[in-house]
Amino acid sequence: MVEHRPLNDIIAYAILTLGVFIVAFPVYLAMIASTHDAATVVGGSMPLTPGSQTLENYYRAIFVGGSRTSREPVGHMLMNSFISALGIAIGKIFISILSAYAVVYFRFPFRKTAFWIIFVTLMLPVEVRIYPTYKVVADLKMLDTYAGLIMPLIASATGTLLFRQFFMTVPEELLEASRIDGAGPFRFFWDTLLPLSVTTIAALFVIQFIYGWNQYLWPLLITTQDSMQTIVTGIKKMLYTTDELAEWQLAMATAILAMLPPVAVVVFMQRLFVRGLVETEK
Amino acid sequence: MEKSVVFNNKLLPYLLLVPQLIITFVFFYWPASQAVLQSFKREDAFGLTSEFVGLENYQSLFAQPEYYKSMLTTVIFSSLVAALSLSIALLFATQADKNLKAAGTYKTLMIWPYAVAPAVAGVLWIFMFHPSLGTLARPLRWMNFDWNPLLNGNHAMILVVMAAVWKQISYNFLFFLAGLQSIPKSVLEAGAIDGAGPMRRFWTIVFPLLSPTTFFLLVVNVVYVFFDTFGIIDAVTGGGPAGATTTMVYKVFADGRLGGDLGGSAAQSVVLMVIVIALTAVQFKYVERKVQY
Repeated sequence: MVEHRPLNDIIAYAILTLGVFIVAFPVYLAMIASTHDAATVVGGSMPLTPGSQTLENYYRAIFVGGSRTSREPVGHMLMNSFISALGIAIGKIFISILSAYAVVYFRFPFRKTAFWIIFVTLMLPVEVRIYPTYKVVADLKMLDTYAGLIMPLIASATGTLLFRQFFMTVPEELLEASRIDGAGPFRFFWDTLLPLSVTTIAALFVIQFIYGWNQYLWPLLITTQDSMQTIVTGIKKMLYTTDELAEWQLAMATAILAMLPPVAVVVFMQRLFVRGLVETEK
Repeated sequence: MEKSVVFNNKLLPYLLLVPQLIITFVFFYWPASQAVLQSFKREDAFGLTSEFVGLENYQSLFAQPEYYKSMLTTVIFSSLVAALSLSIALLFATQADKNLKAAGTYKTLMIWPYAVAPAVAGVLWIFMFHPSLGTLARPLRWMNFDWNPLLNGNHAMILVVMAAVWKQISYNFLFFLAGLQSIPKSVLEAGAIDGAGPMRRFWTIVFPLLSPTTFFLLVVNVVYVFFDTFGIIDAVTGGGPAGATTTMVYKVFADGRLGGDLGGSAAQSVVLMVIVIALTAVQFKYVERKVQY
């Protein structure tokens, strides 16, 4: 920096610490609530220090489920969330790396048309066409299935654009060299292009996993059976049973469990996460 | 920019495109066109027959006072969330840009809420400010303030805005920090030599140079408020009380599901599509400008 005053640094540290505090406080409170018994939480005078019910709450949330409702235990919801988040991330990477390969490395009639057909999907998130999409999925008998949870959410252009952009930066000499060595499109893709794309794939995976995990409206609509709901849609149903009787301590334990996987991904794969975030927004 | 060396296969490129094209047609073009079609039709109560009614759905939509109310709610909600989350994030980003020793740690500690699902964020905030059991509602009660987001529309809006801002700070922080770090230090040094203090340098040098980032974030934030906050609203208020937090997207959901008015819901979807396309067009226009810089 231009000038360096110690006071300046102290103010900066103070503001940032306040920021971290604001950001962390809601989660801290949820964590505390998940360690107390129901009466303490509902009583309205919950202390700000951990209680003694941690193991019991998490055990009940994960394996047993709520006592007053017939809700599924969270363990099952976690599995549904993992399957659909992985399905969305892998599915999107798979279809978009293939289509980007076709658009960049081949010349064929209607190439531009195909690209535009895919590109337009960027403009309309699933929320604005929610009921017609629901009807299509219902007609295809995909309600309450993993395919129904996953497929409508991978119909988007972000991945294709990202891979297209990356393929454009791959030097042409690589393709020339591969062709002199007698490699066809499959060999070139598998031996040259795919290894070069590993970081891009990982970055896209991180972003799409979080996107898939955090889906709410779509799973809410198409899952009618409790056994198919994801953890993010399950929490709210715990709270709005008969309001005052809601088991907040279990809901908060569930909220913590619902946050853990995507937050862990962001914290431990921060570099890939930042890269994915910046590049998918271009 | 195009590749000059390519493969010559005739069939293969189509095979590579098939998976994405099928999914795009089945789950995107087909439903989107159905939404447009449906918005010109009226179905009977059992969904057995439907007749073409022209613009009737649109006319009745724009005759509804609730629809204008939801528009107004959306505008208020978007402006509050965008303004607050952008300014708070900018404050934090400028501090983190000061070459502090712990800047990396602070960055990690600031960005993780991005990964929290909007619906989960909503649950966390209603828990904190729940009128009967919320930890932060207690001090409000002590001050004899009748805080009740479950019954008071303004309180509900404040709560939803806070949850949405909380969740969006991380994203804006990340992009502002990247924008700040790309500003050449020599420009700031030149300003300092000319005798400009830190505040003056910020407003006359940093802030204008940051404007592409700010504008980009503004568009992204508006899109975020339109669509991604659905989970927050549903978890915190369910659109209530008395429709005080029913945004346009929430109304599409509520009218189609609870009211069963599919034609009206489809007409609303089409209106939303037009708005999103306009927003995206603005965004692309801006992106083009950025490329020329």
